[in-house]
Amino acid sequence: MNWVQLAYLAAALCFILALKGLSTPRYARAGNLVGAAGMALAVVTAFFSVSHNLVLILVAVAAGTAVGIPAARQVKMTAIPQMVALFNGVGGAAAALVALTEFLEVADGGVLFDVATVLTVLIGSVSFSGSVVTFLKLQEIMTTRPVLLPAGQVISIAVAAVSGLLALAVLFTDSSALLVLLALAGLALGVLFVLPVGGADVPIAISLLNAFTGLAVAASGYVLGNTLLIVAGTLVGASGTILTRLMAQAMGRPLTNILFGAFKAAPPSAGGGEQRTVRAGTVEDVAILLGYAHSVLVVPGYGLAVAQAQHAARELAQLLESRGISVNYGIHPVAGRMPGHMNVLLAEADVPYEQLKELDDVNPGMGSVDVVLVVGANDVVNPGARDEPSSPIYGMPIFDVDKAKSVVFMKRSMRPGFAGVDNELLYNPKTTLLFGDAKESLTKLLTAVKAL
Amino acid sequence: MIDLLTIFVLAVFVGFEVVSKVSTILHTPLMSGANAIHGVILVGAILITGQAEGGIELVLGLLAVFLATVNVVGGFVVTDRMLEMFKGHKR
Repeated sequence: MNWVQLAYLAAALCFILALKGLSTPRYARAGNLVGAAGMALAVVTAFFSVSHNLVLILVAVAAGTAVGIPAARQVKMTAIPQMVALFNGVGGAAAALVALTEFLEVADGGVLFDVATVLTVLIGSVSFSGSVVTFLKLQEIMTTRPVLLPAGQVISIAVAAVSGLLALAVLFTDSSALLVLLALAGLALGVLFVLPVGGADVPIAISLLNAFTGLAVAASGYVLGNTLLIVAGTLVGASGTILTRLMAQAMGRPLTNILFGAFKAAPPSAGGGEQRTVRAGTVEDVAILLGYAHSVLVVPGYGLAVAQAQHAARELAQLLESRGISVNYGIHPVAGRMPGHMNVLLAEADVPYEQLKELDDVNPGMGSVDVVLVVGANDVVNPGARDEPSSPIYGMPIFDVDKAKSVVFMKRSMRPGFAGVDNELLYNPKTTLLFGDAKESLTKLLTAVKAL
Repeated sequence: MIDLLTIFVLAVFVGFEVVSKVSTILHTPLMSGANAIHGVILVGAILITGQAEGGIELVLGLLAVFLATVNVVGGFVVTDRMLEMFKGHKR
């Protein structure tokens, strides 16, 4: 009986159960703990199956724990995407280092070993540097706009070609110096890959890089002949791939367009100077609208989180519910800064997950919704995405809020949304605009509804 | 080698099967949970460091152990924090 292999098998099962647990919020947390237990089992098993440098390994693990736990404990929920990007990056770097080190230790491992090594080093490096750039963009340390280098595509293709040549050269020469060069080329490739991706599309880059790290880990499993690494890496690769595809669908654009076609600057609205009338309302108007509705839908966007208005929104929703009004939240798949981010932000504010609805849950019954409250969202309710083929966001599935009986649009100003596209909904006669900071407006609304 | 390939192919199918059932409201925890799982590279990092004869291999191996630990520990903790918040209607 090979206890080590058996322990790895148990760990792999734990990982699968962890992912399976996520099919419902009720078992998700338990699933994650099972996954962590599996990881602990695997790590302890690995530790007891080696004989050298044990103390140093323990020190490195302790140091990693000392960095990882406080970072994970303290991160704000709005900053989860950049944290995930960072953890993803260090995982990719670790995979590349593992393959590189194994290559130095093993004299000649054969062709398949070399191929797996080359893949791990390349993909791991791309994932690391790409994740770092993603982090810098999300943390707004660098610009969130697409960075287009002059001849950027030519440079990218050249670096990719060099990487390919280096990879081949490593296969034939077994040279570790060339492998290091390949790692550097991979780092450059990762940076070039993420730079042109615009702020709103960064979530896609994160999920793709997540898939990359998974694949790098799976490839490193070949290098080491370790089945657990193969299984776990592949699971992550699959989940990253699925999420990437779902996100691209939610944006209504093919993946290649998102990654390589950096949003063409929105065409300036023709005519320019033409002033169109909008209807701005007062807090009291909106309070009356809400207070006498039967059904209210809240469509939150990232602006809600930026204004830290989740709690105010939930309080208002509870007040309305206590008046017998049905309140739901319409969550667009791309709301927030990564897939499903808005759900996390609302859950943090104690919004019960049963009230979080998707496009398909909400759109068919939109006609019977009395008031839609759009808070800090814009593009996801823009009818242009549905009706105007010339719109840059045409094809993106949206909430058909223009079909509801009335719409309240809470906005800071008349500035267009992230994609820089004008929103026809603002000029719709059903729409009332409520200008101001989201949190402030919601708090005022709360008082006004109470006074009804 | 064909054994490893078999495992890989089967894992692809298991992965797609399991993940496509994940509830959409849990996509962020899915990503961060998957993130924690690829931290399993820590196992690989320990294995190579445990046979390193010193010098550059030892340094690189230890660096890998450190980075992978950050990945694993941080990933699971942050996922747990998120999932803790997804409570049902009865509070």
